[in-house]
Amino acid sequence: MFRKMHPPATAVTIFVDGQPVSADAADSVAAVLLAAGVVRSRNSAVSTSPRAPYCMMGVCFECLVEIDGEPDRQACLTPVRADMHVRTVPA
Amino acid sequence: MNQCDLAVIGAGPAGMAAATEGARLGLDTLLLDEQVAPGGQIYRNAEGMRPGDFALLGDEYRRGAELAAAFRASGAHYEPGSTIWHVGADGTLGVLTGTGARLISARRVILAPGAMERPVAIPGWTLPGVMGAGAAQTLLKASGQVPDVPVVIAGSGPLTWLIACQLARAGVAISALLVTTPADRIARALGHLPRALRAGGELLKGIGWIREARSRGIRIVTGVTALAVQGEGRAEALTFTTASGRDSIPASIMLLHEGVIPRIHLSLAARCRHVWDEAQLCWKPETDAWGATSLDRIAVAGDAGGIMGASAAETLGRLAALDAASRLGRISTVERDRTAEPQRAALARHTTVRPLLDQLFRPLAGLLTPDDDATIICRCEEVTMADLRDAVAQGATDANCAKLLTRCGMGPCQGRMCGPAVAAVIARAQNVPVEAVGTWRIRFPVRPLPLAALAALEGGLDAEPEE
Repeated sequence: MFRKMHPPATAVTIFVDGQPVSADAADSVAAVLLAAGVVRSRNSAVSTSPRAPYCMMGVCFECLVEIDGEPDRQACLTPVRADMHVRTVPA
Repeated sequence: MNQCDLAVIGAGPAGMAAATEGARLGLDTLLLDEQVAPGGQIYRNAEGMRPGDFALLGDEYRRGAELAAAFRASGAHYEPGSTIWHVGADGTLGVLTGTGARLISARRVILAPGAMERPVAIPGWTLPGVMGAGAAQTLLKASGQVPDVPVVIAGSGPLTWLIACQLARAGVAISALLVTTPADRIARALGHLPRALRAGGELLKGIGWIREARSRGIRIVTGVTALAVQGEGRAEALTFTTASGRDSIPASIMLLHEGVIPRIHLSLAARCRHVWDEAQLCWKPETDAWGATSLDRIAVAGDAGGIMGASAAETLGRLAALDAASRLGRISTVERDRTAEPQRAALARHTTVRPLLDQLFRPLAGLLTPDDDATIICRCEEVTMADLRDAVAQGATDANCAKLLTRCGMGPCQGRMCGPAVAAVIARAQNVPVEAVGTWRIRFPVRPLPLAALAALEGGLDAEPEE
């Protein structure tokens, strides 16, 4: 969905639903998900419809994912770290 | 650090300027910010800009690095990555850093959380691929990231034109810019032109973006009155209505924007008095000329107190810090007033263009209260227009009553995304001003925090103040 204009200053690998994804250490988890082509970051609580980051500034809570075992983390406010495990919520 | 003279919340232009000025005036100053680096949303990643970035983003972004450098050199303490989950009238702040919570006691608090994009509740706006125009700009500034597919931009406001130019400069294909600013507005806004012309640069900058978007050959559709997103599992097309009928543009990324509104959850939770701003169609804390709120220890600076823009925010931050220093006995009121004089002159300059912008880009009523019953208003709890109309039929006359009946505003975002639309829908259904519908009663924790972090707090919290 998104592409990066520059090569990463510091490249790290994170794991999204078990799959390795290359990321820039300066980026938020939400930015990395969008650059990796992850269309859905979570399912809505009521109808389990697919959701994705909407505001990228911490107000919409659509980018809630599980990070290193902790649920409901705001991906747009969380910087990536090497070997971080991110789990989106599949249907 | 758990005690300070001055706590500033938010590291945008208002917060950086307030903290810098507070430290200069000898106050033990602490700046808390949710992001990992100073800049706020407008100057996101201000310290990480490459020389080429200014050609893409515009020269005005250089100001962010200047403000950040002055702040770094000021001696103010800085705690990035800090989420504020409580603001008490007595100056107590609840702070979450990582998974640890603590309380900070400040003699004075300046809230500078800035603005957020006004949510645009249109059919299908929850589908992946639909984002705020500001979100795309954040990705561009913070991560050097742009859409890799053609995008549609829709809405009203300077940012729609700016983001179109910025993305086009970065080589992104823009299928269309759908403009919801009504043509007759331009004629009405002309009345503000003589005053706005005194702003000079501000106005010319905006006209420059419109010119650039046109000269780049971007398809511009004016007179758009309704929008709807179609797609299965993700956005696939944006349908729009004009006087000549309905049309549709295929796209997998669409950027919506109807201006920005103050972020008021912190000031609401603290129980500052709020007022409705009819010109900007938003709630804002009531403040005096120094940003002081109805509460003794709490001030608000920058766009969180009403949308004035980044340059004005800087000035408002400095004024609030001067007042803090005077209240805390560092300077006399005479010195405060004398030091403020050039700031007041700057503020007058920075705000001359505002009435024109407010009138020109005022969102269409039809876009704030969709007609379609199935449109989701509260994204978290998936409360629709029909649910809200039912709540009104059952007697909901204010936002909090609608919340109890429908669960709107009860999800993780705590009503940040649905608040404006809920109030507008209830007001329209009852044919009363939005002011009469009121806004949310917000309680701490104003952001989610792990229960374990709350339980581990030393000392505990005082009970919430009664009204």
